[in-house]
Amino acid sequence: MTMLQTSDSPRRGRGVNSFASARRQVRESTSDRALTVVSAGVVGAFAVAILYPLIYVISSSFSSGAAINSGAVKLLPVDPNLDAYRQIFDSPAFVTGFINSLIYSIAGAVLGTVLTVLAAYPLSRADLDGRKTILFALLVPTLFSAGIIPTYMVVRDLHLLNTRWAIILPGAMSMFNVIITLAFYQVTIPEELLEASRLDGANDFQFLLRVVLPLSKPILAVNLLFYAIGQWNGWFTSLIYLTNEHLFPLQLVLRQILLQNQVTADQMGSDAAALVAQKELFDKLKYALLAVAMLPPLIAFPFVQKHFVRGALLGSLK
Amino acid sequence: MTARDVHPEVSSSRRSLARRRIKRNWRLYVMLLPPVIFAVLFLYWPLYGMQMAFKDFSVANGINGSPWVGLKYFRTFVDSYQFWPTIKNTIILNFYELLAGFPIPIVLALLLNSLRSALYRRGVQLILFAPHFLSTVVVVGIMVMLLDPHGGLINQATGFFGAGPIDFLGEPSLFRHIFVWSGVWQSAGYSMVIYLAALAGIDPQLHEAAKVDGASRLRRIWHIDLPGILPVTVVLLVLNMGSILSTGFEKVLLMQNSLNVGVSEVIDTYVYKVGLQSSIPQFSYATAIGVFKSVTALALLLCANWLARRISRHSLF
Repeated sequence: MTMLQTSDSPRRGRGVNSFASARRQVRESTSDRALTVVSAGVVGAFAVAILYPLIYVISSSFSSGAAINSGAVKLLPVDPNLDAYRQIFDSPAFVTGFINSLIYSIAGAVLGTVLTVLAAYPLSRADLDGRKTILFALLVPTLFSAGIIPTYMVVRDLHLLNTRWAIILPGAMSMFNVIITLAFYQVTIPEELLEASRLDGANDFQFLLRVVLPLSKPILAVNLLFYAIGQWNGWFTSLIYLTNEHLFPLQLVLRQILLQNQVTADQMGSDAAALVAQKELFDKLKYALLAVAMLPPLIAFPFVQKHFVRGALLGSLK
Repeated sequence: MTARDVHPEVSSSRRSLARRRIKRNWRLYVMLLPPVIFAVLFLYWPLYGMQMAFKDFSVANGINGSPWVGLKYFRTFVDSYQFWPTIKNTIILNFYELLAGFPIPIVLALLLNSLRSALYRRGVQLILFAPHFLSTVVVVGIMVMLLDPHGGLINQATGFFGAGPIDFLGEPSLFRHIFVWSGVWQSAGYSMVIYLAALAGIDPQLHEAAKVDGASRLRRIWHIDLPGILPVTVVLLVLNMGSILSTGFEKVLLMQNSLNVGVSEVIDTYVYKVGLQSSIPQFSYATAIGVFKSVTALALLLCANWLARRISRHSLF
């Protein structure tokens, strides 16, 4: 379609273009069109396979327990109600976990983004002596990692065990984000801008705050959301660094309920009918928990989606 | 050295120029301070702590006070009855994952790229990205619910065809398949993004010229798109080789149960059990296994990089 956009005569260009596309349609009618149909079918099938379990989980969380157990829920909710959600928002473990996850996500997003910008901006400056050495030194541990035990010992020696800092600090900065941000700055902040603001008497701090940061809203958004989603979805650091249940993030609570069925223990001793009702509610509860845990990242990601294709490209060029 | 001897004034003026530049840019170094402190604390201090692997570490004596024991713990690991099963499980699981998980994003990216309708393409892309943003706990949770032997959706479906309920997650022979293909479900769409970006970077004039010459779409994929994404592909393959011993550790840990432990015990889960989960944590032993893994991973990375440079002339470094 764009093949003749650079043509000097627009009228002639359009004419040739339509002629070319007419000719192409004739030729494409066999193998090319078949390929397009097959492509659309294959990626479409993949998309359905991804979407179906997610819809099923959400539908089940709104359905009645009897409908879930009898297999009546196929795609849409059956006997829609909000019992399970009411139940989980009444549960102290869940509410604490939810609030903790929010705290970790916000703190992790802010701290991670600040560290990333502070690393990426100076390293994007061609006139910084030793930038290759510093960058290399930052990248070495990503190629050769110390493993969980030495990292655990550091957290222990810093007396961070069983504090919120243990969740926020050790993984605060990701080198992957630093590289992408660094590449973004190299492309979007021209040297003339720096020189112009130097003439205006701005130093590097002022330049970063007043020129670079306003220009880097897209990459800041990507960083904030990546770090926030990372914290929201994390559970392993809390498993090894926390024993105090009041600090547990949502994912750890989720793991206990979903994968270890730890709630059933205190449901013993009631009569049979109540037990069945509770079992049904518990089954629904699991779906509702899954739905609540997966929703925030799914809501957040379309906002960054358009940025990270560009980010990935910049990252891959580096 | 010789340069300074021959042209002392040139070299010293260059050095003083650098010194002046460093002095002028001192604010940049101040900016770098927080990330550098972070790196020293949480990236380099653990590297220093790796020496525990060569010592008889005891909490009372600390790292420096503990006596050196050389390769004792490495020998213990290699001689232990856990060694071969763990290594075998790690390698099989990760190679299977690489084999299934590496080509599919490339194929998806090429197919998606050849679609006409921008709206359809964008919609599909949005859906394909989505599961990457779900946590491992949620993904494993969904699997547990769907594969549940009592009333899970999959068992309802197989029951409809007359098959008895299958305890999918407790069946050792199914563990690897479930692990790998649920991984494809979760990450193939997102892994595709980098190939999409590389495809977008291909000069459209190449395609236009090929179209004029009458090349079919398939031929253009073969002769333009594939060579265009080759450098990215090689770099990613090399990086994947480097992490082949450690991918998916959290997911393995979540999916592991007493029934499938025979095929699901990998190096990382073993380290976690020996070092942190057991009632008598063996820090030195666990660290030694971790060091063993890191060294092997780095060696694999360097080999893959060397091979890639020899074969395709593209490489990571």
